[in-house]
Formats: sequence, structure tokens, C-alpha cells
Amino acid sequence: MGTEPSVAALAPGFTTALFAVAGIVVVAVLLRVASRHGTPLRRRRATKVSRYLLLVVLGVIVLFPIYITVVNSLLAPDQIAQRPPLLFPTHPEWSTYATAWTSGHLGRYLMNSFIVTVAIVVGTLVTSIAAGYAFAFLEFPFKRTIFVVFLATMMVPLEVTFFTNLQTVVSLGWYNSYLALIVPFLATGFGAFLMRQAFLGLPGELRDAAKIDGLGHLRFMTRIAVPLARPAIAALGLFAFFSAFNQYLWPLIVTKNDQYRTVQIGLKILSRSQISTINVTFAGIVLAFIPLFVLLLVFQKQLIRGLTAGAVKG
Amino acid sequence: MGQVALRGVSKHFGAVEAVRDFDLEVEDQEFLVLLGPSGCGKSTVLRIIAGLEDPDRGTVVIGDRAVNDVEPKDRDIAMVFQNYALYPHMTVGRNIDFPLKCRGMPKPERAGLVASAAEALGLTTLLDRRPAQLSGGQRQRVALARAIVRRPQVFLMDEPLSNLDAKLRVQTRTELIELQRRLTTTFVYVTHDQIEGMTMADRLAVMNEGALEQVAPPAEVYAHPASLFVARFIGSPPMNTVTGTPARLDGELGIGTSGGQIPLSPAQRQAVEASAATTIAVGMRPERLTIGTTGPLPATVAVVESLGAEHHVICRLTDDQEVIVRIGTDAAVPEEGAAVRLDFGVEHLHLFDATTGDRIGR
Repeated sequence: MGTEPSVAALAPGFTTALFAVAGIVVVAVLLRVASRHGTPLRRRRATKVSRYLLLVVLGVIVLFPIYITVVNSLLAPDQIAQRPPLLFPTHPEWSTYATAWTSGHLGRYLMNSFIVTVAIVVGTLVTSIAAGYAFAFLEFPFKRTIFVVFLATMMVPLEVTFFTNLQTVVSLGWYNSYLALIVPFLATGFGAFLMRQAFLGLPGELRDAAKIDGLGHLRFMTRIAVPLARPAIAALGLFAFFSAFNQYLWPLIVTKNDQYRTVQIGLKILSRSQISTINVTFAGIVLAFIPLFVLLLVFQKQLIRGLTAGAVKG
Repeated sequence: MGQVALRGVSKHFGAVEAVRDFDLEVEDQEFLVLLGPSGCGKSTVLRIIAGLEDPDRGTVVIGDRAVNDVEPKDRDIAMVFQNYALYPHMTVGRNIDFPLKCRGMPKPERAGLVASAAEALGLTTLLDRRPAQLSGGQRQRVALARAIVRRPQVFLMDEPLSNLDAKLRVQTRTELIELQRRLTTTFVYVTHDQIEGMTMADRLAVMNEGALEQVAPPAEVYAHPASLFVARFIGSPPMNTVTGTPARLDGELGIGTSGGQIPLSPAQRQAVEASAATTIAVGMRPERLTIGTTGPLPATVAVVESLGAEHHVICRLTDDQEVIVRIGTDAAVPEEGAAVRLDFGVEHLHLFDATTGDRIGR
């Protein structure tokens, strides 16, 4: 396969990159060591510089695959195979995006992905908020045991329940339908756990004050608890979105045609149909990635707040 | 009307008895302060009145009806919490408005009530702010405004001043007293701070380990503590207590301590003889003691603390029991280490059964 890059051909590029990364890490470590000596001001400065260097290295490691995907989507197939690899498109080929969109039917796949993802996110939020609230504020028999069972579901990998779920879905007559893609993911132990923790973080006096104001559980949940747990809800929504959007194996098994297939499967089909024009596949990947990227940009504050929620009482 | 009564109320949390056999009557328009150390059950009593806790036994009456089975919202009470319990996501205005809105009151009517509550507490300019943008004192006033806006029969307050700094606490204390006078409503106020209790209460209800020790006006509680616990709890510096046994000196009954013999008045002698107490704690308020060259109790001056307006002289009796004497700034201050004698008027002594803690005599 002439266009398939071999490991040997990639080696020089990788070696250079590895050396660069290793070099920066060494400098950072040296600075860190140096930061133990000298005047306090110098020490502080050295610590800061070494910290930033380390963050830069980590940032590059994380962002490089994304960057190279974007670059490759704009190169001609023979340029992609060039060694050393091109790190910047000199003559960007924007047409790859149009090709990916039309010949890859990405519109249909993305639409399916969105229907499935939005339904899963909404469902997960509703069930997680309700379950989390019940565990945090209600008293009922076997509460602890049921909570432990909820937690236990987090320890069971998807593969274990895969065939049972598949059989259930098929026997319900849901094979090749949105129901098969959505229903098994509407409730998660993780979501219930996250929301329970968020609700437990609310001061008990708020529930007391609300009781005196005459709020029952439903109104307290919707008017007080949910607005105050917004960071956790946003974080849960994002997690649910990403995991639903990125599903591959389950949608592949329970669907049989393009009518219900999601974008991740669409990309695989695209890559198979565009073997000689790998840049089109890269363009498809970028197109599928854009919605996630936008979402991340919009919600990054909530995501970080959600992850650290409860760490500091404010 | 805003009377509150608890009759035979008990409450357990697991094996812990938080409130036991509790009987208390609060008059209409009275400012009653539930006072006691942390963990004595005073907040539980307040929560039982509010309906936030159900008593295991006993009856709770508000106005003229038993409210055991009445929801908190229907008890016609308002509560102010220690941490204010303001809804953080609502503005000051919406916080004050919320209790009315929850009761389905029409908007125009609500607006007038919110405005007058805000005005009463000087919050008119802060209505659009969020609780996080307010100082502790301002948050406290919002919590009060939220309580008064509904005009309830009874206000329940759970240590509402404990999160304020000392200066603001004094100021808010006065404001609260004025507010109660203006509203002419019943206040049940929980605190562990005896100064708050003494300054604000029409009557004090002193609690210890889930039970009532004494219910009386502050001056009465101070002058005639009903138990050793109350005697030691009320007053700053606290009442001195010296333990001894009934003993005769020159044929007259007194209290013999290892630090000296304490004489008694005829009435006190009678009371001691009538009681079955074998060990007696003699209480002496620091301001009732004098330091001189005569007096029944020999002591050594250990430390002199000067507070500006007064001195606290900490003396050690010959048996090492500590006694604090409060003297004015115009009195002669003894030297530390000096050998002195402590004197007192026997009529100012308080006698308690050291075993049961009960008061002996009047």
C-alpha cells in the first residue's frame, strides 16, 4: 500500500518530536532544581517558568493530534505521505470538506448523532437529577443498599452487559431504530451519584427554609436545588454528550443501514470508501469534531466548575 | 394570638435524648430566649416548634391549636437561621418576595409588602443584589426581612447573630429588640450567648442536657439561679462556687470548707438543715466579694486582670480553689502574691446541693 505510511518512514519525524519534548522536560526539571537555590524572587520566577514549560509540553501533546488532523485534511494525499511530514498546508485543499460532506453522507449521520445524543443527554439529566435528589433528600427503605447497587453499575463495563442488552433490544423489536440507540443509556449510576453529591453539598438550612416557605419536594427540587446545582448539571450534561456522541460499537451492532447510523460509524465507512484520498477522511473527522469543540468552548467554565464543585465551600 | 406551648415534649436522635419532658409556655408578644451551651437541645426545641422535627412525645401548641400534625408552612411562623439560608441564586428582592409567592399571593399585593419589609430593614437600595454581594450584616437583615414580610404570629430565631462580628452583633441586637417592640409579635430566640439572652429577653429559658433548668426574667435568673448549672452558666465572670459540708462553728451551723468556715444567715441555716444535702456548693458572685484584711476566707492574690472599667482579681484559697473578685477601678488593687481575706454579705450567698445541683433555700 503505497500511501500507507510505514513506521520506519514516520520514525525521523517522531524522533525529532520526542527529542524536542524530552529537551523541554529536561529544561523544566533543571529549572525546578534550580528553583531551590538563589534569592526568593529568582526561585519564584524559576518555579513559574518551569511550571509553564511543563504545561506547554502537556498542551502540545494533547493538541498535536488535533492539529495534525486539521493539517492533513487540507493536504493532498501524496503530501500526507511525504517524509518528513508536512506540518503546515502550503496549498490548502478546502474541497476535501465538501467531498467528505456529500460523498460521506455526513449530514445524515450527524443528524442521527444529534438526535440520539440530545435524547440521551436530556434523559440522563432528568433521571440523574431525580435519582440524585431522592438519594440526597428522601428517606425510603433500603436507601443505602439501592445506592450501592447504583454505584455497582458503574463498575460493570459495557462489554459485560452488551449481549444481554442486545437481546433485550432485539426482542423488543427495537433493532435498527432510535429507541435501540437511546433507551439503554437514559439512566446511569454515575449521573445519580454525581447529582446526589451536588445536592448533598447544599446547606441543610435551605431545605428547612423552603419547608417553612411551603415548598414540597418537587418545587424545592425545581426552584432551589436544580438552579443551585447548575455547575454539576452542566458537567454531567457534557459528559453524557461526549460519551453518547462518541459511541461506536453499540450503534454499529444495533443498526443496519444509514437511516439510523451515527457519525462515528459514518467516519469508518467514509475511510473505507476513500482509501486513496485519505485527506477526505481527515476532513470528515474534523467536521464530526467541530460540534464537540464548539460545545467545549461554550461550556468550559461550567465543566471546570462542575469538576471542582464541592472542593471548596463557598 | 402568638402564644406557644410545649407540653411533655421529648425527642430522641438514635440513642441520644435531645429534649426530655419539656414544658414551656411562651406568652403572646413575649421575647423568650432559649439559652444554653452547645448541644443542650435548644435548637431542637426551636425546630420542633417550627415543625422541622417531629417530637417523639408531647404536644406543640401555637396560638390556640395543637400543631403536631400541621405542616411548617401552615403554622404561621417564620424562622431566621444561623447561616441565614438565603436562596443564593435569587436577588434580595426575590428572596423577600419568595415566601409570599409560594403562598400564591397576587403580585401587586406582594410588591407593597416586599417594599415595606425592605424599608423597615434598610434594604431598599440592595433589592437587586445577590446574597453573595452582601456583607454578613446585610444578609442578616435580608433574612429578617424575609421573615417579617409574611407577618407571622411567631418568629423563631436560631442563633441569628452568631456569624456577625462583635460590634455588629451589639448593633443588630438593639435593632432586633426594636423590631420586636414594633412588630408586637412573639419571638422565640435561641442562643448560647448569655449576654444576648440577658439583654434581649423578657424571659430566659435556660436549658441543659435536653431539659429546662429555669424559666424566669433575666434579673431573676441572675439573682436567684434555680440550679448550680444556671448559677455557673449565667454571669461573666461566672459565679464562684466553693464546695464544703455543713459544719458547726461556735455552735452555729455554717459551711466548712478546707479553705475556711463560711457563715450562714438564719434563713439559710434553716434551709440547709431542712435539706438532705451532705455536700454543699456555696455560690458567690464576683461583684459581691470584697478583698480586705478581715473576712472568713483567707486567700492569696494570684493574678489581677485589668479590663479598663473594672478589675478581675483571681484569688486562690488555701485549698487551691479559685475565686474571682470583681472590683471597680476606684478601689485599691491588691498586689499579686499578697495574702488577703475575702469578705461577703451572707445574704448574697447562693447555696446548692452539690450532688443534685438543686438550689437550697431562696
